[in-house]
Amino acid sequence: MLRISKRTDLTKKQYIQLRLAAVIMALFTSGIFILIMGQNPAAIYFAMLQGAFGSFYGLRETIIMTIPLVITSLGISTAFKMKFWNIGAEGQIYMGAFAASYFALNHHDMPKPFLLLVMAAASIAGGGLWALIPGFFKARFGTNETLFTLMMNYIAIKWITYLQYGPWKDPNAKGFPIIAAFKETAILPGFMGIHIGLIIALALVALMHIFMYHTKKGYEISVIGESENTARYAGMNVKKIIVAAILLSGGLCGLAGMIQASGVHGTLSVDVSGGIGYTAIITTWLGQLSPALIMLVSFLFAALVQGGSYIQTVFQIPQAAASILQGMILFFVLGSEFFIQYKINFKKEGI
Amino acid sequence: MSRKVTSIMLVIVLALSLVFTAGCGTGASNGKVKVGFVFIGPIKDGGWTEAHYNGMNYLKEQLKVETMYRELVPEGPESKKAIKELINAGCNVIFTTSFGYMDPTLEAAKENPKVKFFHCSGFKTAENMSNYFGRMYEPRYLSGIVAGLKTKTNKIGYVAAYEIPEVINGINAFTLGVQSVNPNAVVKVRWSHTWIDSALEKAAAVALLDDGCDVITQHNDSTATYIAAQERGAYAIGYNLDMPSAAPKAYMTAPVWNWGVYYVQEVKAIMEGTWKAAAYQGGIKEGLLDLAPLTEVAPPEAKAKVEEARKQIIDGTLQVFKGPIKDQSGNIKVPEGKTLNYEDTMSMDMNWFVQGVEGKIEVQK
Repeated sequence: MLRISKRTDLTKKQYIQLRLAAVIMALFTSGIFILIMGQNPAAIYFAMLQGAFGSFYGLRETIIMTIPLVITSLGISTAFKMKFWNIGAEGQIYMGAFAASYFALNHHDMPKPFLLLVMAAASIAGGGLWALIPGFFKARFGTNETLFTLMMNYIAIKWITYLQYGPWKDPNAKGFPIIAAFKETAILPGFMGIHIGLIIALALVALMHIFMYHTKKGYEISVIGESENTARYAGMNVKKIIVAAILLSGGLCGLAGMIQASGVHGTLSVDVSGGIGYTAIITTWLGQLSPALIMLVSFLFAALVQGGSYIQTVFQIPQAAASILQGMILFFVLGSEFFIQYKINFKKEGI
Repeated sequence: MSRKVTSIMLVIVLALSLVFTAGCGTGASNGKVKVGFVFIGPIKDGGWTEAHYNGMNYLKEQLKVETMYRELVPEGPESKKAIKELINAGCNVIFTTSFGYMDPTLEAAKENPKVKFFHCSGFKTAENMSNYFGRMYEPRYLSGIVAGLKTKTNKIGYVAAYEIPEVINGINAFTLGVQSVNPNAVVKVRWSHTWIDSALEKAAAVALLDDGCDVITQHNDSTATYIAAQERGAYAIGYNLDMPSAAPKAYMTAPVWNWGVYYVQEVKAIMEGTWKAAAYQGGIKEGLLDLAPLTEVAPPEAKAKVEEARKQIIDGTLQVFKGPIKDQSGNIKVPEGKTLNYEDTMSMDMNWFVQGVEGKIEVQK
């Protein structure tokens, strides 16, 4: 008979063994798949590393992809810390991008630094308020925030679609449904092809680390996550803290939206997030809600995606095959989480 | 403890990456032509992308050049990444095949002056960037003749993607073709508001069939509308690619793209050193476009009619948008003695339907 129980006795050595085993199994299983496709697994893995880190271009793309993942994951982790399951980062990214784009499109004659600050503030407000809606309903009526935040994503995406095909459509695009490109004043400055979002992301990692582990407010958030009653006993204003944390969570996701629109896309479009809000849930979880780890995991994840893109070009394998490879690697890495949390005992029945 | 593991792994990865950097150069160009394609859909979409993919393979066969492609590339900055990767992999000629790739292609053209770029369906050019498209309204008109002869209910359905000039002029040309043989037939338009989403395309087709249409045509990227027609015992005219196998009992013909003709012509010019960037638009005469062979489902009398009109289009005696042409409310839009050319049909003024179309174009700013 199979019995599953919670692990409490995991040693450092076992932990490393489990993680390594997961990586090896991922590489092995994907290797079989690659062989079936008629390719050489070693060559593919080598090319994935090369694509992600092997040239300045590749490394730069990896970093550019890491930036929104880190910021969004930081946002999600704030909510997760309180056990508020914010699946709505995708929508918060869009609403942040939307709020920032409003100023980018209508007030581009402001001085550049000022406009960028206004856009950043607007995006934080946009994402934060979008997250606050499910937060309010949870606090007031006890609705399920997982479903609520998820559904809010679709509303946000359709809202952007409506703007792109309707009132915000660029009249100079010969009828094609695109929003006009931002003017220069609304574009994030950069260095060597990497926009300033990198600095913002690094600063946020440091700030969030300090906030979470070295401030009273940060501590309060984790206490609420562990037990709301304890928090209440300790005299905390639980509702106020929850609201502030949700605003922060959504605000960070919204900021990621502004950075994507202004630093990467140069305008608002329905592709502005492209699933970052969902990917960031994985990186948040794998990063165990710790800002420093989140940064590392996001970087490795971006490398996986960038490497996957590179092998499509070099080996001319279908996009779906590259996605399967990424999925298999993720499957094993996430799967090892189970064996780290739980252990399985094999026992004969009746004994 | 986990932090340690990840940081060790990261150090290993970074160390390895330094090793790789040493041995890895950017795209090697040894004077040979290597052609890269960027596609919006999957290469087997049974429509738009597959037609380009077939063109790529034709180019490979005819000129024995090396080709590469990236499929399912979203519009916007992702497409610029795909272009860069193709260049890094050694491509020195790039074809991008969706409207939304226009600005990324232009940016890439400015950054890579030695690479030659071609963008399909847009309107921007540069020193080293051509754009290309075709007079799709010519074979659309021919397909209208087939539909007009086939319909019994005198209602023909048209599933269309977006209210843009390219799509609108196709609907108009088709309707003019229908009315040239059957003045009583009307063309009912339904917008799918997607380029490729089989479920939405099918839903739009079903709505038209419910409305009494017995022939369906489309301006989308998939084959969903033919399948919908076959399921209802109705008939279908395709688009992009000859796909009788998708719905053999319904499928009659399709206006099709032969992109290979253009790809061979341009790459040949590059190899011979005579290439110059230009805005290209081809039609039936150039071989870029045609009506696919009529199947047995098509009405027998259509063959001669289509053949006749096709000849007249080639020799110039038949011009699709030759006045007088009336709009839906009966006002003369193109007066006698005037003819709309390709630029007119792709301009923002193409925001009206000809008489015989039942449908609405939302007012555009």
